[in-house]
Amino acid sequence: MAGDSCTVKVKIDHVKKVFNVRGNEVVALNGVDLEIKENEFVCVVGPSGCGKSTLLNIIAGLDVPSSGNVLLDGNPIDGPGTERGVVFQQYALFPWLTVEKNIAFGLKLRGMKREDVQKETAKYLDIVGLSSFAKSYPKELSGGMKQRVAIARAYAVNPEVLLMDEPFGALDAQTRTQLQSELLQTWEREQKTCFFITHDVEEAIILAQRVVIMSARPGRIKEIVEVNIPYPRTQETKMSQEFLELKNYIWGQVYEEYLAVRK
Amino acid sequence: MNKISDKVWILISFVTAIVLWQLISMSEAGVVFASPVEVIEKCIKKIADGTLWLHISYSLFRVIAGFSLAFIASIPVAFLMGWYRPVRGLIEPWIQFVRNIPPLAYIPLIIVGVGVDERSKVTVIFIASFLVLVVTIYQGVRSVDATLIKAAKILGASDRDIFFKVVMPASTPFILVGTRLGLSAALTTLVAAELTGASKGLGMMIQTASGNYDMGTVLLGIIIIGIIGMAMEKFVRFLERRLTGWQETHVQ
Repeated sequence: MAGDSCTVKVKIDHVKKVFNVRGNEVVALNGVDLEIKENEFVCVVGPSGCGKSTLLNIIAGLDVPSSGNVLLDGNPIDGPGTERGVVFQQYALFPWLTVEKNIAFGLKLRGMKREDVQKETAKYLDIVGLSSFAKSYPKELSGGMKQRVAIARAYAVNPEVLLMDEPFGALDAQTRTQLQSELLQTWEREQKTCFFITHDVEEAIILAQRVVIMSARPGRIKEIVEVNIPYPRTQETKMSQEFLELKNYIWGQVYEEYLAVRK
Repeated sequence: MNKISDKVWILISFVTAIVLWQLISMSEAGVVFASPVEVIEKCIKKIADGTLWLHISYSLFRVIAGFSLAFIASIPVAFLMGWYRPVRGLIEPWIQFVRNIPPLAYIPLIIVGVGVDERSKVTVIFIASFLVLVVTIYQGVRSVDATLIKAAKILGASDRDIFFKVVMPASTPFILVGTRLGLSAALTTLVAAELTGASKGLGMMIQTASGNYDMGTVLLGIIIIGIIGMAMEKFVRFLERRLTGWQETHVQ
């Protein structure tokens, strides 16, 4: 089953991030420690402004910690790299490129041969079920389809770690559920380490092996909850006693932090 | 009413304008407003003796030369301003300063500086369209979605890739809007530029005719400049459809 390996893939070691906002120091992350195992699916939940996205950006190499380290396979992260793929909430598709060219973007940068680019692109278009939209432009797609393209684009360069920043946050409930199960299927098949940020507790439990609850600013890890529900998880899983208990518990923890923010 | 196509409306509008124009020319205002027939007669006469085409080609040459030079110069300047803060800090205040000065005001300087030949006209048109182009393209470079740059970096793009594969295409709509506004500025400045002692050109044709109280020719010149402006606009719209059809909404 996925995630059985015990090798640490990403090690977040005492990561602190301080932003300077108009002369004031704002502590976004205050000493975060976390080990993500190879092929593990970890979800992060927490109130807005708890530094979830900052943490993801640091792992992605788009941002640097003020102190502390992030190690990938034991090596410190220095800038972005193709072994880490990112899916953004706002899709971030290149609007001037067709669906297939968006997916091929990273492959071409690697200098892959044209026929191989075509083969890989076709493969991932098929995985996300958008083969008939290969020549469409992003503006012609719905939100759910755009995010499928973004996921395919991230998968195409075959990263070892997939970082997802509230990827389904802007979608309607039905599309979100659909994409959750598609993502789970792909993850079970393709075996990748997933670091997934969400504000949706149900989403976190249905996807993750471990749910990391973050506290309100300054962001720290409040608690890590193991989700011992076996895969494959389906919509029925959401009715199970185990699921509901976890949901109540995690929601309670997040709500406490939410109240702390409002104070 | 909705069954009538746009083309028919344009035709109705055109015919109405001609009728109104004819009526005005028959009234007391006819002293200033030559009748359509008179303008057409002038037009035919000037086509026959070859002077009309000569005026048009001189003016077009100046507009195209001034605009093209401005286009070539503005792209690197705008991108450098968008990309490097020191460049922006050094250049932007001057662009904002000169932008609000009407070209008529600095024409004497240019005549003294570069002389009365073609160079002075091209220079005036260059300045006017350069400023519009730089300001518009620079806005475009600055407004490139930061998430797209992040996404490209994540997929392995170098700074060079980011420039050519993200910033350039993302700025294309603004380059085209700049082109449209720049061409329009070039045309607007044309008459002013041709005041700098031109012997040929539509602006000069209007000037001379005005001196001779030849209102038919004045109107002819005005109409031709208007037609050239519309043609340029159509051309840029065509380019926009071809090059930036991918946009969610067109930049206006």
